[in-house]
Amino acid sequence: MFDSVAAQIVFYLVAVTTVGFGAIVAFSRNIVYSAFALVGSLMGVAGVYIMLAADFVAMVQVLLYVGGIVVLTIFAVMLTQGIGDVAVSNRAAGPVLGFIMTALAGAVMLLAILRTPWHLAAPVSISATTYGVGNAFLGAYVLPFEIASLVLLAALIGAVVISRQDLQRDADPRQDAAVRPPAASSADAPGKVEG
Amino acid sequence: MGGGITLDHFLVLGLIVFLLGAYCVLTRRNAIGILMGIELLLNAANINYLAFAYFGGARYDGQVFAIFVIMLAAAEAVIGLAIILAIYQNLRTIDVDATETLSG
Repeated sequence: MFDSVAAQIVFYLVAVTTVGFGAIVAFSRNIVYSAFALVGSLMGVAGVYIMLAADFVAMVQVLLYVGGIVVLTIFAVMLTQGIGDVAVSNRAAGPVLGFIMTALAGAVMLLAILRTPWHLAAPVSISATTYGVGNAFLGAYVLPFEIASLVLLAALIGAVVISRQDLQRDADPRQDAAVRPPAASSADAPGKVEG
Repeated sequence: MGGGITLDHFLVLGLIVFLLGAYCVLTRRNAIGILMGIELLLNAANINYLAFAYFGGARYDGQVFAIFVIMLAAAEAVIGLAIILAIYQNLRTIDVDATETLSG
């Protein structure tokens, strides 16, 4: 399938990108460096997806992960950290113990990968996958697809409710009850949007 | 190498990404760093999904599951970062060792 020299070069290039930036994510002591290295690692993973003939998944990866989640993560880093103290904000706890546990788990999984006789099928032809993915989403996987939209809606509402401070204060009747006008009685309306 | 890129190559790549993510989750004290490690773990799982989909013949099933994983990772990141922001507003820190209000 990937027998040509060019395919090997591309694979190792993509793999080194993914692993290298992933190592920065895991080992950097600066949380901002970690957040930006996550962009490179996820782009490398998108390259792996393209190698595996999954063009639509690769585009979803770039749009959602690199464009959405990483930007959100960088926002959170900037909102929660003073830029001056980022050097000490990312320190590791128990690196030796963590390394030992990770190495043990990795050895077991490597053994499992190399020893298992994987069932291999004939290689699929390289073609656009959007037709098949769309058919799968609206055919066999239509129920998980709809439930996923409910999950996303719940996550959106939950994120708004959790992260807005004034909503939390409205939901808690013990705080500043004295200064609140009695007619408002916001304790009865925790979902009030106008903060 | 020598015999071309096989399924094992992709599985080992996924394993390395998984181990990096696991190490990140285990050793970070910064809650956002832990979330980044979780995202590396989810990407490792996705690499395995697509590798098995490509080499195992069940093509669209693996891709659909990979898209589900990406979708749920987005929801997880949104909720996780909202919780981290709420913790930061209350405690002025996101060090997971400092958020021990519930411990006895």
